[in-house]
Amino acid sequence: MSTQDKVIAIIAEQAVLDPSEVTLDSTLEDLGIDSLGLVESIFSIEEEFDISIPFNANEPSESDFDITNVAAIVAGIDKLLAAKG
Amino acid sequence: MKRVVITGAGTINALGHSAAATREAMREGRCGIGKLEFRDVERLAIQIGGQVHDFEAEGRFNRQQMALYDRFTQFTLFAADEAIHQSGLEFTGDLAAKSGVVLGTAGGGVSTWDDNYRSVYEDGKNRVHPFVVPKLMNNSAASHVSMEYNLKGPSFTVSTACASSNHAMAQAFQMVRSGMSPVMVTGGSESMLCFGGVKAWEGLRVMSKDACRPFSANRNGMVQGEGAGIFVFEEYEHARARGAEILCEVIGYAMSSDAADIVMPSKQGAARAISGALKDARINADAVGYINAHGTGTAANDKTECAAVADVFGPHADNLLISSTKSMHGHLIGGTGAVELLACIMALQEGIIAPTIGYEEPDPECALDVVPNEAREAKVDVALTNAFAFGGLNAVLALKRI
Repeated sequence: MSTQDKVIAIIAEQAVLDPSEVTLDSTLEDLGIDSLGLVESIFSIEEEFDISIPFNANEPSESDFDITNVAAIVAGIDKLLAAKG
Repeated sequence: MKRVVITGAGTINALGHSAAATREAMREGRCGIGKLEFRDVERLAIQIGGQVHDFEAEGRFNRQQMALYDRFTQFTLFAADEAIHQSGLEFTGDLAAKSGVVLGTAGGGVSTWDDNYRSVYEDGKNRVHPFVVPKLMNNSAASHVSMEYNLKGPSFTVSTACASSNHAMAQAFQMVRSGMSPVMVTGGSESMLCFGGVKAWEGLRVMSKDACRPFSANRNGMVQGEGAGIFVFEEYEHARARGAEILCEVIGYAMSSDAADIVMPSKQGAARAISGALKDARINADAVGYINAHGTGTAANDKTECAAVADVFGPHADNLLISSTKSMHGHLIGGTGAVELLACIMALQEGIIAPTIGYEEPDPECALDVVPNEAREAKVDVALTNAFAFGGLNAVLALKRI
């Protein structure tokens, strides 16, 4: 599975949706994922990819990780994976 | 209904090993938060906290006691000694039979869990010390206080996360006010600053890596603390008859449940607890001069709390002072309300308001007088202390100068 497919699978599971219902331009809000769901999704992503995502729930907009939509999340993970080497 | 007064106060926390030392640090706006020191701390993303230093169990407690006292019990006994000694009370006969101890803690013996899990899971041992259970149980601190001081009346432990101490003190207040007990020892304690304790909090992503800055626009989360605060709540006539020094009066309380979300606070739930405490104390909102805020330094709590205060107090919200001493001693979780009660007593007794330190930028969503960075003098007749827990369980107490 590609990064994108894995991320969509994680987010779909969190949102209790079928992966086909999650698109690259879906926002977490569109998918009904609240702040707790977001923290859980980030945890699942970290576990899946063995990375650490810089994210503080107190200042999501200032965290160095873009969660605007699914595409941004995938791009962010690819960046972290590249940095990990 | 009986009147209830406080005749003893004791504490240990990152600011000091006594009520006097803690009040002095609060007056000076000193910060007790620093780099955490314990095993495996380098594996944590969060490495700061309000840790108690220079407090070693060795030498303070004997071998048998150390086998039974988790650090949260050690803190409790240390603070109880100060409070009960100050009150001058000795519990014998009928007084002992009716007086009890109600304490708050969220986690109880967290480091005992942590050490023993490490031993069986990481070190692969198949045997633990026989006293692991009596050491880690949440009520062990209350039980040891009752044994140490011969308190034979109603005694138990309350666990409502960050509101545990306030719920415990509200319960003790109710027992004395109703005439059930002439004296109740109350407060709370917490000791979660170990690898497992901080790791669990880290997971929630609400912790700050650098400082606790309540109400400041650039706040970025809470910082954990540890310690205990213990008080002697006594029936007024009982205290007067024996010529006890009275620190202040407890005049009311209220508890509420948000019934909404497991972590997100609710303005309505907080406002109902605050207004309920005023009603229970039979005072008007404009009598309140100081509020010790829950003020965790998280984005969610501080703006919700300020909105609740604005709702309850209306225009008077701009006249009263509200500060969060968590900026100095950190968030003691189940023990926090007890340590913060000291700031209320200081405001009532000395007319000195403990500051919210670390305050850097005004936040329009927290537009109250939060006593930024420096203590202030103000004559206060009535003070409130707020606690709003995860799980949406809230408890607010009202205190009066005497």
